[in-house]
Amino acid sequence: MTERVAATPGLYPLPDWAKETLSDLKGHQKGDLLSGDESKAIVEEYAEVRAEYVDDQLDAGLDRVVEGQGRWDDMIAHPLTVHDSVETGGIVRYYDNNNFYRDPRVVDDLDASGDVARELERATDLIDGEAPLAATLPGPYSLAELATDEHYGDEAAFQAAIAEFLAGEVEAFPAHETLFLLEPSLVTNPPADGEESAATDAIATVTDATDADVVVQTFYGALDEKLYAHLVDEAGADALGLDLVAGDRDDTVYNVQEFGATDSLALGLVDGQNTLVEEPETVAERVEWFESQVPAEGFDTTYLTPNTELFYLPANKYRAKLNALSAAAEVLD
Amino acid sequence: MVRNPSANREQFRPHDHPNDAFLLTTVVGSYPKPKWLNRADELVDDPDSKFDEGDLEEAHDDACRLITHEHERAGLDTVVDGEMRRNEMVEFFADRIDGYEFNGPVKVWGHNYFDKPSVVEEVEYDEPWLVDEFEFTSDVSERPVKVPITGPYTLGFWAFNEAYPSTEELVYDLADLVNEEVEKLVEAGARYIQIDEPALATTPEDHAIVGEALERIVSGIDEEVRIGLHVCYGDYSRIYPEINDYPIDEFDVELCNGDFEQIPTFTDPEFEPDLALGVVDAHTAEIEPVEEIKENIRQGLRVVPPEKLTISPDCGLKLLPREIAYGKTENMVTAVREVEAEIDSGAIDVDNPLDD
Repeated sequence: MTERVAATPGLYPLPDWAKETLSDLKGHQKGDLLSGDESKAIVEEYAEVRAEYVDDQLDAGLDRVVEGQGRWDDMIAHPLTVHDSVETGGIVRYYDNNNFYRDPRVVDDLDASGDVARELERATDLIDGEAPLAATLPGPYSLAELATDEHYGDEAAFQAAIAEFLAGEVEAFPAHETLFLLEPSLVTNPPADGEESAATDAIATVTDATDADVVVQTFYGALDEKLYAHLVDEAGADALGLDLVAGDRDDTVYNVQEFGATDSLALGLVDGQNTLVEEPETVAERVEWFESQVPAEGFDTTYLTPNTELFYLPANKYRAKLNALSAAAEVLD
Repeated sequence: MVRNPSANREQFRPHDHPNDAFLLTTVVGSYPKPKWLNRADELVDDPDSKFDEGDLEEAHDDACRLITHEHERAGLDTVVDGEMRRNEMVEFFADRIDGYEFNGPVKVWGHNYFDKPSVVEEVEYDEPWLVDEFEFTSDVSERPVKVPITGPYTLGFWAFNEAYPSTEELVYDLADLVNEEVEKLVEAGARYIQIDEPALATTPEDHAIVGEALERIVSGIDEEVRIGLHVCYGDYSRIYPEINDYPIDEFDVELCNGDFEQIPTFTDPEFEPDLALGVVDAHTAEIEPVEEIKENIRQGLRVVPPEKLTISPDCGLKLLPREIAYGKTENMVTAVREVEAEIDSGAIDVDNPLDD
């Protein structure tokens, strides 16, 4: 019998009060963005933000709780932009969105920094055993795509170094039930024909670094079929995350029917980029519909997730989306 | 297809214009707000302050008068009020259109946010959006007034669409509302309207949607009304030559920012609407010298003859210090008048405009 788990890949919008206090403390310009060695006042502000995120998730009744990544000014490029071996360049567009991040220019060897692990330790204290922790990281393929290499000199070496770096970060994590690896670039800018295995090898390097269940969350549309097959077979993911909101849903169904699936699946059911809040019954129907399209006897776990991060939304709608996911999982129970 | 720009251009030539050649000078719209106006905006929200809505309206009137006169003093042929009454280019209109709701700010980058609205039901026209603003500016100005309006594509795609099956359908409904507003502005005497579509720069593949929206906007609008389209920051090759089919009189571009590298894009096939060329950078805080701006103006002559060339800054100047914005505008007008004189005298060969 398939277990249904309501969860999110994190990257939440800052609460409105924190948007103000943090912009007052930090400023509005490029040079004011988070560097990783922020002042005590800023650390304390983020601690309050983190506590609010944990409360939001526990209140909603999610089955996994994330740290919320309030500090990630540069979205999923964050683990690099705060790294000592990285200099930040200009402000560049974040995928096809009206959002921007600092271009991380890698200029030296990437070693584990422990930045994300420290966030997760604080989140673990806040959660206090009330729910399992889910960690969030960019996947190595997307992170390499978002960054600029000025050190390794070779695309394959750079991707492998990013994967090793992320694996090192994961090894320092506190106990976590699930790890979400965010891989939107697999959809928006897939590896060239024949290069698929290099990407899946890089992902496997990270998935091997944890005993937790790993969800490789892809989004902004459907995966190319060949790449999809490689991911299922080679990435070492417990669950592939599929976007059922953006792009052509039929392509995704076709991929699963044609090439099978990982033992578990994460379904991006709730629109992370639209304020319209889905009815729990509608979300539940979509889960059942998708599961019925697939010939297998059932998945170990179906994760009910938003298709993307949630920082695109105003704070009130982000909370409503958490509630919708949790309520949908209850409808299915 | 292009409207008839030659039918409406001459009305903007000042009676005392010094040269035979006439390169129409204008601005894109926004201008730095005086600091006291920002304070006034905050003060009206302060429950402990006696400063009320009536006081704020007076402050807005004062600011509009001030900036309109500042534009006149800079010598512009057509002026705006610097958008002193507007907060943000989508928010301002969403606030006035039935069907939008606001849920709170969303992140753009770092700690820069935007109150991105949601369309929650069919959009409808309620009260006029800009007629009061236009009438006020017109009353205080000796020069013709241009009215910038955020276009329906940007109003649609820079919002959350909860209500329409597709955002394209929302855009067309919004275009009908913009058409209604343009009709009212024309009735009030407006003869120069600029539609701003910055969103097109990020999704150039949607140029046909913008084209269809423009058809709706200009429906029934007489050819003596000049309709411009402003699109900033983008790869123009992805919307050119398609824009030659747009029903506009003038296409306003930001090229100074990229050192005019994209000028050749517009030379083949022949550019059909009038070209409104940005010749000062809206994002550098140095005032370009007159000589440099004159060189920039010559770049425009590679695309169109003088009688089809309009000159403006790259984009709205609101992010600059005010004295820099003024300095750029003043130098721009000086440069234009000198270029006109050099065209008259033959010192500039309009067929080979970069030759000395």
